[in-house]
Amino acid sequence: MGLSRQKYDVVIVGGGGSGLRAALQLSEAGHHVAVFSKVFPTRSHTVAAQGGISASLGNMQEDHWLWHMYDTIKGSDYLGDQDAIEFMCRKASEVVYELEHYGMPFDRNADGTIYQRPFGGHSQNFGERPVQRACAAADRTGHAMLHTLYQRNVSAHCHFFVEWMVLDLIRDYEGVVVGVVALEMETGDTVVFQAKATVLATGGAGRIFQSSTNAFINTGDGLGMAARAGIPLEDMEFWQFHPTGVAGAGILITEGVRGEGGILLNANGERFMERYAPHMKDLASRDVVSRAMDQEIKEGRGVGPEKDHVLLKLDHLGVEVIQKRLPGIREIAIKFAHVDPVREPIPVVPTCHYQMGGIPTNYYGQVVAPKGDNPAEVVPGLYAIGECACVSVHGANRLGTNSLLDLLVFGKSAGDHVAGWLATNPQHRDLPGDAADQSVARLSRIDKAQSGESVAAVSASMRKVVQHHAGVFRTGPLLEEGVVKISEVVDRVHCTAIQDKSRVFNTARIEALELENMAIVAQATLVSALARQESRGAHARDDFRERDDKNWLKHSLWYLEENRLEYKPVNLQPLTVESFEPKVRVY
Amino acid sequence: MVREQEKLRWRSRRGLLELDLLLERFLANHLETMSQEDIKIYDALLKLADKDFLDLVMGEMLPPDKDWETVLGKIRKA
Repeated sequence: MGLSRQKYDVVIVGGGGSGLRAALQLSEAGHHVAVFSKVFPTRSHTVAAQGGISASLGNMQEDHWLWHMYDTIKGSDYLGDQDAIEFMCRKASEVVYELEHYGMPFDRNADGTIYQRPFGGHSQNFGERPVQRACAAADRTGHAMLHTLYQRNVSAHCHFFVEWMVLDLIRDYEGVVVGVVALEMETGDTVVFQAKATVLATGGAGRIFQSSTNAFINTGDGLGMAARAGIPLEDMEFWQFHPTGVAGAGILITEGVRGEGGILLNANGERFMERYAPHMKDLASRDVVSRAMDQEIKEGRGVGPEKDHVLLKLDHLGVEVIQKRLPGIREIAIKFAHVDPVREPIPVVPTCHYQMGGIPTNYYGQVVAPKGDNPAEVVPGLYAIGECACVSVHGANRLGTNSLLDLLVFGKSAGDHVAGWLATNPQHRDLPGDAADQSVARLSRIDKAQSGESVAAVSASMRKVVQHHAGVFRTGPLLEEGVVKISEVVDRVHCTAIQDKSRVFNTARIEALELENMAIVAQATLVSALARQESRGAHARDDFRERDDKNWLKHSLWYLEENRLEYKPVNLQPLTVESFEPKVRVY
Repeated sequence: MVREQEKLRWRSRRGLLELDLLLERFLANHLETMSQEDIKIYDALLKLADKDFLDLVMGEMLPPDKDWETVLGKIRKA
């Protein structure tokens, strides 16, 4: 095999919020931990999270973890697993206070306690009235969290491999995960890392959509690795959308613009929301507005040469209102949409924001997959946490501010569980003879290809198919066509060629490898969405408009091999409290 | 030299989409013709935290060194 080898107790793939939280738990306990990151850890996408972290501290009004649990389950449209949700909501206060002790600069009340802000979907007493539950550090919550955790990891002697891309998991003949194969960008060297436990914390794959709020690094690498290692991907049809991202860029235009009187127009200059939501019009909920926009575009009333967006008009508000009540919006529109909203409308489109599905795990972070009669048999040695994982606490739709909480709770929980695993499995297992074969073959194909399509062209085709066929407005025929088209894209992914053949900082090669991962996630999304014949949370089928608990209160599991689906039941049984039975979801 | 450029290209991948988009345009227009002086400044900018870098580009914060304005100006105009 000829590749050099290194040994660590634990390999953590990804240096964002969840990876850093797990690394901290293990480094401070004295374990030998290696964290791999494509970019410097504090530049992970966690930095983009602004809203806050939810926890029922009760600093503003009375609050209780059970109310938070109810809000989360209702938000998930009852697809969330209630054991994991209870676990997360009960642990929330503890992980927030820990972060406070680590030095996180939370906003404060006059009495010194952590200030909590209001947020959509957070309620007191099972939906009775709003409650302030979100803990934040101004608009820098994710940024502050990453820096706090990174500094503490450095103190704890955690070993960082920065600008490394992990290519594949290594599983031995009994299916135990025994390490990873990774590529160092600066040298182009491929190295085998042997580990007693491996934790995937690679974030989401939001870049599979043409319009996405996600940074370029969010290419679903961990999902690709898991799928190639025979592990299914769970609930990949569920993606959260924001209605107003700048067309062609993805930068969010806050809901405040419509709150102040901004309106949406189609190609005919018609205020189309009046037809879809006669009372709330442009202020209807996110999913309603997103679906209406997408339907207008699909029915040929989109704007622009490609008829692929609608317009957000706010010039009628006047320059003073725009400057005073919507600070920053004018600059954002000029920079990213190239229009001055004081005179012209902003081109907008529903934009992918968050991946609810992912690698199936339990609330210890252990990766689980069906085996025999057990729908959730543990894959030994492998863990997944954060957006790349599906615990599932978000179900069909994530509650705002639960993503940062997810990172902290399950990062810590996985760290603790790994520590226990290390105590009972103190030795490294032998590497299989073919440990690096898959990664070496992937690299060799890319390096040897003399002619083929460019990675950029195939990526663009993939994003276009996913956006058009698996966007917010979904129908059977549209998805069927999308499944065929994405298969064609997948074939093209394996026939790309790059011009740059050097080893040092070969970004073209990295992008070819990322595309392989994204194509897997894209195919999982289309196939899972076509099969699910109901509307639930973020998955809205125009041909099956109702939630169907009789047939579809279950998790999808997509397998790369054979491109097939299986299902497993939703866990409706919490750990200590009564089950929350599915009810119609009204706000 | 080309490899140095590729290193800068990779380090222009950030945690914030806003920076990804602005820096992608900036690199397309300037990477191949950047002076040694500008490369040094750009390298220093890349070492900043994303939020601080974006605040500098959006003009919401002043740079610690006035010379940085030449590169920041090019990023803003890209």
